[in-house]
Amino acid sequence: MAFPFISVIIFTPLVAGMLILMLPADRKAEIKVIAAAAAFISLVLSLWLFFTYDREAARLATDWAGRIQFEEKIAWVPSLGLSYHVGGDGFNIPLLLLTSLILFAGVLVSWHIEHRAREFFAFLMVLATGIFGGFAALDLFLLVFFYEMAIFPIYVMIAVWGSTRKEFAAMKLTLYILVGSIIALVGLFAIYFKAGLGTFDMVEIYQNGNLDATFQRIWFLPVFVGFGVLASLWPFHVWSPDGYVAAPTVVSMLHAGVLKNMGAYVALRTGIQLLPEGAKFWMPFIVFLTVISIVYSAMVAMSQRDFKYVFGFASVGHMGIVLLGFSTLNLVGLTGTGVQMFIHGAMSAIFFSIVGMVYDRAHTRDIPSLGGFVRIMPIPTLAFLIAGLSSMGMPGLAGFVAEIQIFIGVWLAYAPQHWWFPWMAIIASSGVIITAAYIMRVAYSVFFGELRPEFADLPGVTLMDKIAVTLLAIPLIVIGVYPSIIMPLAQTGAASIASLFGGA
Amino acid sequence: MVNLELLTWLVPLFPVLAFAVIVLFTNRWKRLSHTVAIGFLLVSFVLGMIVVFSAFRIGGEELAQHPIVSAVDWMPTGESFLRFGVLVDPLTAVTLFFVLMTLVAIFVYSVGYMRGDPRYSRFFALISLFATGMLGLVVSDNLLMLFLFWEIMGFCSYALIGFWFEKPSAHRAGVKAFITTRVGDVLMLLGIAYLYALTGTLNFREILNDPAVLKRLVEMSSPIAGLSAAALVGLLLFGGTVGKSAQFPLHVWLPDAMEGPTPVSALIHAATMVSAGVYLVIRTFPLLSAGLEHGGGATPAMWAMGLIGAFTAFLAATMAVAQFDIKRVLAYSTISQLGYMIAALGVGAYVAAAFHLITHAFFKALLFLGSGSVIHAMEHGHHHAMEHAGHGHGEHEEPFDPNDMRNMGGLREKMPITFWTFTIGGLALAGFPLVTAGFWSKDEILAEAFHAAFEKGEPLGLFVYLLLALAALLTAFYTMRQITMTFLGEPRTEAARHAPESDWTMTVPLIFLSIFAVGAGFVGVPADFPILGPLLGGNPLHEFVGATLMTHLETLPLNWLPVLISVLFALGGLWLGYRAYEGKLRSPETPDPLSNLPLGLFTHMHRRWYFDELYDVLFVRPAKGIAFFIARIVDRGIIDGILHFTARTSLILAEATRVFDRVVPNGIPIAVAEGIKGFGRSFRTIQTGQVQNYLLLALVNALVLAVVYLVLFQ
Repeated sequence: MAFPFISVIIFTPLVAGMLILMLPADRKAEIKVIAAAAAFISLVLSLWLFFTYDREAARLATDWAGRIQFEEKIAWVPSLGLSYHVGGDGFNIPLLLLTSLILFAGVLVSWHIEHRAREFFAFLMVLATGIFGGFAALDLFLLVFFYEMAIFPIYVMIAVWGSTRKEFAAMKLTLYILVGSIIALVGLFAIYFKAGLGTFDMVEIYQNGNLDATFQRIWFLPVFVGFGVLASLWPFHVWSPDGYVAAPTVVSMLHAGVLKNMGAYVALRTGIQLLPEGAKFWMPFIVFLTVISIVYSAMVAMSQRDFKYVFGFASVGHMGIVLLGFSTLNLVGLTGTGVQMFIHGAMSAIFFSIVGMVYDRAHTRDIPSLGGFVRIMPIPTLAFLIAGLSSMGMPGLAGFVAEIQIFIGVWLAYAPQHWWFPWMAIIASSGVIITAAYIMRVAYSVFFGELRPEFADLPGVTLMDKIAVTLLAIPLIVIGVYPSIIMPLAQTGAASIASLFGGA
Repeated sequence: MVNLELLTWLVPLFPVLAFAVIVLFTNRWKRLSHTVAIGFLLVSFVLGMIVVFSAFRIGGEELAQHPIVSAVDWMPTGESFLRFGVLVDPLTAVTLFFVLMTLVAIFVYSVGYMRGDPRYSRFFALISLFATGMLGLVVSDNLLMLFLFWEIMGFCSYALIGFWFEKPSAHRAGVKAFITTRVGDVLMLLGIAYLYALTGTLNFREILNDPAVLKRLVEMSSPIAGLSAAALVGLLLFGGTVGKSAQFPLHVWLPDAMEGPTPVSALIHAATMVSAGVYLVIRTFPLLSAGLEHGGGATPAMWAMGLIGAFTAFLAATMAVAQFDIKRVLAYSTISQLGYMIAALGVGAYVAAAFHLITHAFFKALLFLGSGSVIHAMEHGHHHAMEHAGHGHGEHEEPFDPNDMRNMGGLREKMPITFWTFTIGGLALAGFPLVTAGFWSKDEILAEAFHAAFEKGEPLGLFVYLLLALAALLTAFYTMRQITMTFLGEPRTEAARHAPESDWTMTVPLIFLSIFAVGAGFVGVPADFPILGPLLGGNPLHEFVGATLMTHLETLPLNWLPVLISVLFALGGLWLGYRAYEGKLRSPETPDPLSNLPLGLFTHMHRRWYFDELYDVLFVRPAKGIAFFIARIVDRGIIDGILHFTARTSLILAEATRVFDRVVPNGIPIAVAEGIKGFGRSFRTIQTGQVQNYLLLALVNALVLAVVYLVLFQ
């Protein structure tokens, strides 16, 4: 049997979490080293997946099953058709890499945490296992299992280690997402029974499900929107800004950067991939929501005074672009989405880590009272500018690569009965302009402008912080300059979905 | 034979290397930084000139058929790849020529102008990056790559306008420029995406040189407003030009961009970046005009170009008349001249647009650098005057604006080189007959518009011709006004009296550019112009650039009427400007001679027809208001409110349930239990444990049963 790469990636953090809990609480250095080591192992292995995934074979394959590599399948409860089934394709391998990247960077920027460090890192590790599992699962039950596993630790981490109305925000966020996932869960059970295959295996349902069109139309919305809550689909996004403002830095990074992607990813895998007829039927509605989401969140981000709220809403807008890409239902648009998910994660992680660095030093997040931080933290400022320029679609950085693909996808999705599609693109594009406006405003008022005397003697950032933001910024530049590093991979992932809609 | 493809790749590469070297290594050493920047640019210059002159030698027809091309795969998209590549055809060659020339002149000039600036090295790093943007744009063989360099320039422009970011106005101007041009950029990006969705390629030659593709685009209908696909793509791409070349209604950013250092104004906001917008529409002209050959009349994109270009040319000229800031006059004049080029394309004057693009780059760069030399001198003069008046530095100084022409006057004697070169540039701008480059290029545009208006009888041509001719008159007028206010008469302030001539790094580029401001026109003299035409080789520019298009362009036969009108307007405008201003201004406080024009016209023009105020009311405030409304009312109020209402309702429901639960589901069993308990308790009293009582009870029961039996069964 081949080395179980994906299982090792999934369970390394969990094992590390157990190890951490066995240590005495005052061995903080060891605790952090264990957490960092676990994250690093996951990072190396997911890099391995990213670069050794056989793209050529996947390109030549004709169906989804043929594109799944590093597959592991073990019967779990055979009588119910439950199995432990994980595998990677062009859509989730980049997301596994993203998760481990942000996890590693997140551990580094959390190095200063002293309050109940043992519990903090243990929860972080459990969370990581949940996220990895959610991305890798190919069995509906397993998927939900990991999905819920990822949501619960967030509640504790915000409520204990957070700030600014933390109990309230933790409750709001967790409840909202749980409710969404339960609604979706009902839909998944409906799929299980209707498919009548006696299995939860997604690949089998995908291939042999034979779900009739009416069924798909009825159940698409609960499933897609239920998971879409976690992707902050408008108007189900309100948990997100409050939650991120209250959350400790690493949780904001992981939640905005990865969990939102997981919401979108799961909505795609279950809603669109298993219920394509429903997707086709409801897409006009979904497009409408995503376009509102993009413009709306950019507007709201522009009028915030709180540094962290800006990016709470910015991440809503990024996900709007992701979901807009979904709604094209064609190869180019979905490929762009695959890339957009990856870079949205990297950008959000940079933003939230730097917000955290500024807040830890200045103890305020009020934008007008900040200024001149470039003198205190030049490297994070540079990373911030890279992420900011990327988010406003500057060519040469990753954001542009994804956006142009999504826009091309939108034009390709145009058909006479979808006459309004290009208009949606035009409206959505105004979000790009507003994004530029708020990024420049924040960049100028926080990092440039005058450094206030009370901030003059603030300490610079640590080496750990520098490594973290550098690691996160690298993919933005590399993808921007050399998109072929990820595009062919994302393309094979998108092909499995696009083929459902006639496009190759 | 040198490998021209390779050289073309290298041309944009060297400046970006200079950028990297300066940022990473030489940031601390100013002299080294400018040496690196200029040195690397010179390498590009030499390589670029080899390419350009090889292209000239190959000849237009041959080069258009077999351009210098080379491309690599970049980004897989759908079934094919978006590719990166270079293309040198006749249009690229002439553009590359003037871009390299102006770049070198301005780099050298910056050494003198920026001396002593605390961020000297950063300045050279940024203009090097900018140079890469412009050179890369010119040699791009596809729209995507063009867009990439286009945005690099946009970013550099933002950074350089806000270069002195301690001044809040500078930062604001940078943001304004960036956001305003971004509006156009986003439209352009949509156009690019649409074009790719339609054709599966963005390569210029595969689209523009393929009649089948163009025909398909013209015949295909687009989703918007009943336009053909070609028309929609054309209009969207033109949107990019409107932003970048500061055309109405996105013209408002360019005058504010003058907050940047003057070399930046010359380089980015006159000679190159704003020209890139015009270059884009010239480059994609076959697409913008697709359908024209089939006798369809002007295409929608050409209508847009004709209307917007001509209107902008006129509008900006009126604004230029009433400015006092020496650089703002030039900024409006730039907007106006770019309008000429765009309007020219609207009437199909392809070569004329390219011709004016080239000559304008030279004489406008010259004018900006000249104005920089003046500003520099005024600042020195001011310091000098203050010191002599017994004021040291740091004491209270009256606010002094070295850009304000009312403070100048009489500078011709102090600064002869600046004066003469500026005058040459000014005359070229005004279209002084025969000897200046501006005359030949502007005249060609006017002749083409005249032809369209009166010989072909097109209404669009008439509109374009009338506005452009009026604008020509205004141009000559404000140019002479500027020269008179700045250089002629007597000095009006102490600063002007003590203004010194600038040093050689600044004057040499002025002389260099003034040669081109005169000479660049002679390549495009109409072949049938008496004496000069045959003497100068029969309009080699037209032959060369015109070959870029697939269809052969006929040169218009020389028509004396528009030429005479142009000459009359140019000389008349100059004369009026001289008459109106010479000797009229005695001190900085003297009101402008035009200020008693009827209807308060001067004030309206000075306030730029209130566009900034209008946009503030129409867009900026509503956007902020809507953003605030959405953030506070919709998001926090309604959407969050609904959620919290749900939460609160759930809590109330939960409380009600709790009460209900206690009363009903909990209460009934308890009541039952209590009832049974009470019942039991009441019976407990008979459980006394005394045998006598039990016997008594047994007797009573027996009696009762006996009675019941008797009553019921008898």
